[in-house]
Amino acid sequence: MDQKTDFMTETEKQLLNIIQSDFPLTSRPFKELATKLCISENEVIDLIEDLKKRKIIRRVGAIFDLQKLGYKSTLCAIKAPPQRLDEIAEIVNSYSGVTHNYGRENEFNLWFTLIAKNREELSRLLKEIKEKAGVDMILDLPAINLYKIRVDFKL
Amino acid sequence: MKDETINFTEQEKALIRELQEDVASISAPFKSIGDKVGLSEEEVIAKIRDWKEKGIIRRFGAAIKHHKAGITANVMVVWKVPVEKAKEIGSIMASHPAVSHCYERPVFPQWPYNLFTMVHGKSTDECRKIADEISDKTGIKDFKLLFSTKEYKKSSMKYFID
Repeated sequence: MDQKTDFMTETEKQLLNIIQSDFPLTSRPFKELATKLCISENEVIDLIEDLKKRKIIRRVGAIFDLQKLGYKSTLCAIKAPPQRLDEIAEIVNSYSGVTHNYGRENEFNLWFTLIAKNREELSRLLKEIKEKAGVDMILDLPAINLYKIRVDFKL
Repeated sequence: MKDETINFTEQEKALIRELQEDVASISAPFKSIGDKVGLSEEEVIAKIRDWKEKGIIRRFGAAIKHHKAGITANVMVVWKVPVEKAKEIGSIMASHPAVSHCYERPVFPQWPYNLFTMVHGKSTDECRKIADEISDKTGIKDFKLLFSTKEYKKSSMKYFID
């Protein structure tokens, strides 16, 4: 199917390659980008707004390391009876600390990430989800080690 | 993983709340943020630089919704790896270009798979081929492909919103 980047100009690609990780931390960042790309500050601003409208840029801002902010996260899995999977998924979804929630092909058929301010809160939330969902067990699989996390896409 | 306790002031938390949203496409966006949280433009910029240096901000810039042409399939592959080999095998798996994430997690009687990799490909068949490739390369034969059946939720965490 059509790839969104097929419809991007060279300037747009150059812009995106810069601003993924090297967004200028200066008083007038868009002016600085404009100088790099040989266009005007307003043109840079318009391009970025357009790329957002086209949903190529989701947002411009900071991605925080949740652990350095003091938060804790874990990956959880539930063995949901197939006829109750959607219902249990909705219960899990109702928690704001649940960021990703997927059905998967396995006995453990519901997988979700849970984030909270500390381990005690994580345990409390898991206990609550377990009770509300009416399941015997939730697998709690916090990362012990991280070997890779992809950062950039080269366009 | 190491436990780091950093205490943020209320003002820093307010700044975090601003920076985790979409920075405005205006001439002086950091001044605007500074005005909202009671910091000068220079202080905002200095804070972002400092937090980047400390790894508190992993990245500052445009989050792009993008997939390389045709790479629309992905699968979570879980592997049963002897614990003493997890680091070595994890590194090999991480070096494969089709692997975007590689984590080691604990095991339980009902769940013996300790390495988790996200694998990306052009199709489910290609994802299977890549998993076989990784199995050959690492010698790990006990693994499962957990294709997703439904996306129930996909969102970003918002920090310090009470």
